[in-house]
Amino acid sequence: MPLLSYLRAINRALGDEMERDSSVFVTGEDIRYALSNTTNGLFDRFGPERVLETGAIEQAMANFAIGAAMAGRRPVVEYQQPFLAMLVFEPIVNQGNKMLLMSGGQATVPVTFLVLSGWRSGWGAQHSDQPHSVFVHYGVKSVMPATPTDAYGLLTTAIRDDDPVMVFAPLGAHSIRENVVYADLAPVPLGVGRVHREGSDVTVVAVGHRVADALAVADDLAGEVSVEVFDPRTLYPFDWDGLAESLDKTGRLLVVDDSNRFCGFAAEIVATAAEEMHLVARPRRITRADGAVVGCLPELDVALQPCREQLAIAIREIAKSDR
Amino acid sequence: MAEARAEPAEPRPEDLYRVIKLIRRFEERAIDLVRSGDIAGGIHPCLGEEAVSAGICAALRLDDVLLPQHRGHGHVLAKGIDPGALLAELTGRTTGINRGRGGSLHPTDLNVGVLAATAPLGHNGPQAVGAAWAFAQDGTDRVAVGIFGDGAVNQGALLESFNVAALWQVPVIFVCENNQYATSLPVERAIAGSIPARAAAFGIPGGTYDGQDPEIVYRATAAAVARARSGGGPTFLEFSTYRFDVHHTFEYKAGLRYRDADEIALWRARDPVELQGERIPAGLRTQIDEEIESLLDAAELFALDGPKPDPDHAFDYLYSGGVRPRDPAGVRAPADPEKPASPEE
Repeated sequence: MPLLSYLRAINRALGDEMERDSSVFVTGEDIRYALSNTTNGLFDRFGPERVLETGAIEQAMANFAIGAAMAGRRPVVEYQQPFLAMLVFEPIVNQGNKMLLMSGGQATVPVTFLVLSGWRSGWGAQHSDQPHSVFVHYGVKSVMPATPTDAYGLLTTAIRDDDPVMVFAPLGAHSIRENVVYADLAPVPLGVGRVHREGSDVTVVAVGHRVADALAVADDLAGEVSVEVFDPRTLYPFDWDGLAESLDKTGRLLVVDDSNRFCGFAAEIVATAAEEMHLVARPRRITRADGAVVGCLPELDVALQPCREQLAIAIREIAKSDR
Repeated sequence: MAEARAEPAEPRPEDLYRVIKLIRRFEERAIDLVRSGDIAGGIHPCLGEEAVSAGICAALRLDDVLLPQHRGHGHVLAKGIDPGALLAELTGRTTGINRGRGGSLHPTDLNVGVLAATAPLGHNGPQAVGAAWAFAQDGTDRVAVGIFGDGAVNQGALLESFNVAALWQVPVIFVCENNQYATSLPVERAIAGSIPARAAAFGIPGGTYDGQDPEIVYRATAAAVARARSGGGPTFLEFSTYRFDVHHTFEYKAGLRYRDADEIALWRARDPVELQGERIPAGLRTQIDEEIESLLDAAELFALDGPKPDPDHAFDYLYSGGVRPRDPAGVRAPADPEKPASPEE
């Protein structure tokens, strides 16, 4: 079986969708030469009008993509750095994501915003954010794949979706490889989670590269605590039914997420579970610190981000605790 | 859509007058409806600027698209949005052009080429570029027009969009409807250099024209449209005009004084309604005026007769394909048990 890497999966999804649907095009910076390894070969295959390289004009191009989408195209806009997604927060949240409503259902905006986000050690404080929480707060459909198969499937679905979709591809997952059968690669529906590992004592919710952390810790604790690893895959709309089903079994919840703690993605999961679901122990979350700024010195950065030791300790505590 | 592709004939003076007068009376009636409370939140009236809308749209085909901004009633009426459906939109009815979800600021009608109307200044420029780029890629000769005010011309997103429009020779027309004030800020205290020179710096031709004379506006726009259709790329048009009344109807209460009476009188002396009205026979003018009053009487009746949306539909149209946000207890106010839910369509 061929070994598919996370970035090759993204590349393959882009190529397959561009082949399948001539309205799909990719735009971004340095995509002609595939600086981020997501657009390899696409320029030669599809030409300059389907692989639209631009300079640093992010606000114009986010709006350009929205305009092109309203005129029948399915643009994919790549941001190699998370701060670029913040620079175009306005067009994504306030333009693209509201057009359907503002037009009373007339104007669809099928744009995919692909963000290579997360920790870049040594790149300084401005390159390492994980901004998904702010986009889901505003109700923008968002996914964060954990595996190459899901990266392929979720990106494919995002491109075919008629609304703007954020695809967060965290750097921590880029080195993940998986044996696949190419013919089995398929779209993954939005809003449907995936149980990577079944267990009966504690539910660990993880997204992106934190899924691999959760699975590794679950393996380490096997025999001591039976851990279920639930990956929602789509951040918004969230698979609440999938989570409830897992909690019906375990009644114990730990959420690990790479965004900052205060008002972060993990907080919403814990809050909703506490309000509406079966819990026999206090839920916990492991996140970046409040307002964490990371990216300069690895020695400092590790103190501010989730780590496997924290996960193991928390899982043991939750397994023992009662409400 | 054969007729959509038909190039419009040169407008007769009475055609331009009719559009100008329709916009004038629509706005005056809409202000009354703000005062009576039928329009929530208020409007940005375009009184005094009507000739720009009339002249631009006279040069466009039905299948060309317009992307206006917040002061957009004139633009969309001139492009062909039905006055009754627009007034129903302003008064928040499900019979409105956007089922009441767009309001005064965001009228959209894909059937007449009003692609989107967006408020944050200048962002419609790059959206127009994207749409126009797609039209050219489709092999059509459709044109997109982004209209913004003087307040938008320093916005990064707009200036960035000049770059790609020129680089890729996109069939887009940028229109600056310069009414001399960005809310309370006059052009001379806000803008360094000249407005069309911004576009010229990117190699986009254009110029500044009298925005009170619809025939001048039409000719300048028609030339830009011809350029765009023939693959000549973008054009930048600045139309000098003046807002006779408030930036927004909240000013009636706020009582800001940022313009002096002499200046307003100077511009009112060049009222496009009079300027164009004097170009047609008096009898014809009276006849058009009467037709417009009956049209707007009917529009107002249609608007105020329409139903308001049911709160049960508060989550409609947020996502495509019928996806709705989750609706657990506590998110919305409890429904009135006496009132059965009604379908919107």
